[in-house]
Amino acid sequence: MTTFNVHKHRSDFPLLNETAYGKPLVYFDNAATSQKPAVVIQSLVDYYTHYNANIHRGVHFLSQKASAAFDDVRVKVRDFIHAATEQEIIFVRGTTEAINLVASTYGRQHVNKGDEVLISAMEHHSNIVPWQMLCEEKGATLKVIPMNDKGELLLDQLDALLTDKVKIVSLVHISNSLGTINPVKEVIRKAHAKGIPVLVDGAQSTAHMSIDVQELDADFFAFSGHKILGPTGVGCLYGKLALLEQMPPYQGGGEMIHSVSFEKTSYNEVPYKFEAGTPNIADVIALGAAIDYWNTIDRTAAAKWEEDLLHYATEKLKSIQGVRLIGTAKEKASVVSFIIEGVNALDAGMYLDTKGVAVRTGHHCTEPVMTRLGIPGTLRASFMFYNTKEEIDVFAEQLAKAVSFLQPAIAG
Amino acid sequence: MNSIAEIEQEIIADFELFEGWEEKYQYIIEIGQKLPPLDDKYKTEDYKIKGCQSSVWLHGEEREGRLFFSADSDSTFVKGEIALLMNVLSGQKAEDILNAPLSFIDAIGLRQHVAVTRANGLAAMIKQMKTYALAVSTVQR
Repeated sequence: MTTFNVHKHRSDFPLLNETAYGKPLVYFDNAATSQKPAVVIQSLVDYYTHYNANIHRGVHFLSQKASAAFDDVRVKVRDFIHAATEQEIIFVRGTTEAINLVASTYGRQHVNKGDEVLISAMEHHSNIVPWQMLCEEKGATLKVIPMNDKGELLLDQLDALLTDKVKIVSLVHISNSLGTINPVKEVIRKAHAKGIPVLVDGAQSTAHMSIDVQELDADFFAFSGHKILGPTGVGCLYGKLALLEQMPPYQGGGEMIHSVSFEKTSYNEVPYKFEAGTPNIADVIALGAAIDYWNTIDRTAAAKWEEDLLHYATEKLKSIQGVRLIGTAKEKASVVSFIIEGVNALDAGMYLDTKGVAVRTGHHCTEPVMTRLGIPGTLRASFMFYNTKEEIDVFAEQLAKAVSFLQPAIAG
Repeated sequence: MNSIAEIEQEIIADFELFEGWEEKYQYIIEIGQKLPPLDDKYKTEDYKIKGCQSSVWLHGEEREGRLFFSADSDSTFVKGEIALLMNVLSGQKAEDILNAPLSFIDAIGLRQHVAVTRANGLAAMIKQMKTYALAVSTVQR
């Protein structure tokens, strides 16, 4: 049996020792952003202290050092998500930009009037709005794979939805508001049987499971650095090389060109074709440090620990009067979303905040999910491998107090 | 009736008695629980101010040159904020409401807890109260 030493890992994260209003911090907003290990923070300091320079053009020492460090990260990301070649890794600002990039390039190229784009009922706004904008521009239609009350996709309807009109499927791997782990591999297989490419929104999944884009056979895979122990402002788009090579560029500018004249510009090769302008050098390098850190973790043991946390928290929540879990899919990541009878989610979230417990309240940028379930929003506690059962005890104890403090308000 | 500035000073003095955010939060919840209910006929879309995480229904009416507000929310904390705002603004002259700096919000440490989160409609609520005041003062002129 593998044991997971959570306290050893906790000590790598300086912020976890902070207090909020003088109380020990309990950080359960990991689905929004993860905390960073000291090695990631240090990598930013090292870059700016010792080798800050623009990359890929300077002949000097610093530029060569920075360029090498930057290029190394593309290889690290390749291995991290098991891509075939580092050319398939495009650096972007985050998942949102990655999806926008595909919608603006592949989408504009292939989606035409009367066509369809297929997403699911549990998408983040980032995987709805870019496609909506594309459909509006092209006169195409956005179609949705529905879900049941537990937050599971109704895959028996998938075959009927995968019509000849569908030009791309874009699907969330793990729902940020429900925790549902979607069977993306099965969806990809069915879509491919009809010759339709699939984008997987991996914003949540990358932190909780080992990703193998080739095994999934995903055509595109998007994730954000800041949710996987890295800095904000950097993320990656994976795309199959054959697709990327056929796609038009995203933005114009430096780096993405081969040669420029006033008559005609020829574009650089993949992936540089999609990376106009000076890239986010420092944060890409820090993302590399985050991946190095992941490589020191036993991912299987970490996943098992998170599963323990999920079950522990679920049982604790069930014992609190009035709590109703939202998102009870069979396959679930370490996220608990819930509402409380007679208690406003915002009020309860603010109560927990006064006790040093950081959760999230609201619709979590998935308004259609809340509309589908007929609720205005939820409280959400999302766990990372560095969270503990003791923290869940504090959370549950304070939540029970919040309920008794706030409930008379409604009754009166 | 005391002036807006006087009432704001009273609120600031009250809040100085609290130890920290926890006590302030509890106080705001308590006054929210005591907010008089809004007449159901005003709890419609016409009177609704939609915030990111909570909704507010606000109604204002003018009597003898003064504006009186009544309001409700699905959040008790937001009702507490409404109670504070009504204490300061309700019953005041339209022109005074328009010119009220409402610096007590910053002074009692409330802004940092609500403004950054877009979590509730405090700013939208103030804007709507001032819109009522503008409408009344325009008619008066």
